[in-house]
Amino acid sequence: MSRRPYARPITSEWIFRHPRYIRYMVREFSCLFIGGWTLLMVWGFKALSEGPAAWAAFLELLQTPASIVFHLLTLAFAAYHSVTWFNLTPKALPVQLGEEFLPDRVISGAHFAAWAAVSAGLLYFAGAF
Amino acid sequence: MRQVELEVLRYNPETDREPHFQRYAVDCQEEWVVLDALNHVKETLDPTLSYRWSCHMAVCGSCGMMVNGEPKLACKAFLRDYPGVIRVEPLRHFPVERDLVTVIDDFVAKLARVKPYLIPKDKAPEAAEFRQTPAQLKRYKQFTLCINCMLCYAACPEYGLIPKYLGPAAIALAHRWNRDSRDGGRDARQEELAATEGAWECSFVGACSEVCPEHVDPAGAIQQVKIESTVDWYQAHLMPWTKK
Repeated sequence: MSRRPYARPITSEWIFRHPRYIRYMVREFSCLFIGGWTLLMVWGFKALSEGPAAWAAFLELLQTPASIVFHLLTLAFAAYHSVTWFNLTPKALPVQLGEEFLPDRVISGAHFAAWAAVSAGLLYFAGAF
Repeated sequence: MRQVELEVLRYNPETDREPHFQRYAVDCQEEWVVLDALNHVKETLDPTLSYRWSCHMAVCGSCGMMVNGEPKLACKAFLRDYPGVIRVEPLRHFPVERDLVTVIDDFVAKLARVKPYLIPKDKAPEAAEFRQTPAQLKRYKQFTLCINCMLCYAACPEYGLIPKYLGPAAIALAHRWNRDSRDGGRDARQEELAATEGAWECSFVGACSEVCPEHVDPAGAIQQVKIESTVDWYQAHLMPWTKK
């Protein structure tokens, strides 16, 4: 009897085999928007360093419909990434007190609370309230 | 009684150039699992069908296969949960030896590489056993539940795309010993765990933990290994004097 193992080909169809893989790919794709937004900020700093005219032109660019759509998409992707990531924190950071582990919701809850506090702090310094 | 259409991947290395699907119409009891249906096929319809199984109670980890595209233990996949044709294939990401039997040498070799056994920290107490508190036991208990069924490898796209990746179960089992208060073998395992093809190949898809029939949560173990390896790195580079 001869052995002749067959290696089945791997194709990109795995992404659509189960919703979990699509959710994962959406999370991975969020980096394109967040990375793009970061580059936009660098551009903004450059405009700021070039004087009032360049800065005004940059602000005008931010107000175009394409820019607003881009920002909304980036916000949605960033929120999706953050929420799914914080929900996973109990897996990476289990805390054992005595015999018992802290419930998952306490660990992810602490992350959400820290997120809210830092966001509120930033908004405060930005003069939002 | 229900007649179930099973669509089973067949591959005979002696006669087939590549695998193909074969259909069987099987008269099944309502409470049967996929493994019962396969046994019925083998006993009454086609004795040439090959597959692995042993305990029929989700303990031995032998009967892992793809049921309608999802990695499952055939002994735990109830027919009543699958209306319509049930497609049964060998575990994905492993070479097919014959029909539903896969070649598992890669996993077995990786498992051996992470030294999944006790490497005692201290000399064993004379004429006595190592002692452990319930809290110390609970610290790693979850990771002892792995039955080496390899469903996590079949679910992991990273392993499919990068076969050198150590993979979920091997890392979870290494982590199990690292968390054991009696064990002192962590440094010996880090060579494999902290490597690029170790924990860092994982991009946290999380599929391994979703399909694990024993709720081991290998994805959690891998992230914990990442955090510990990161702490190691910073400790070695920023506080080299603390290194043993």
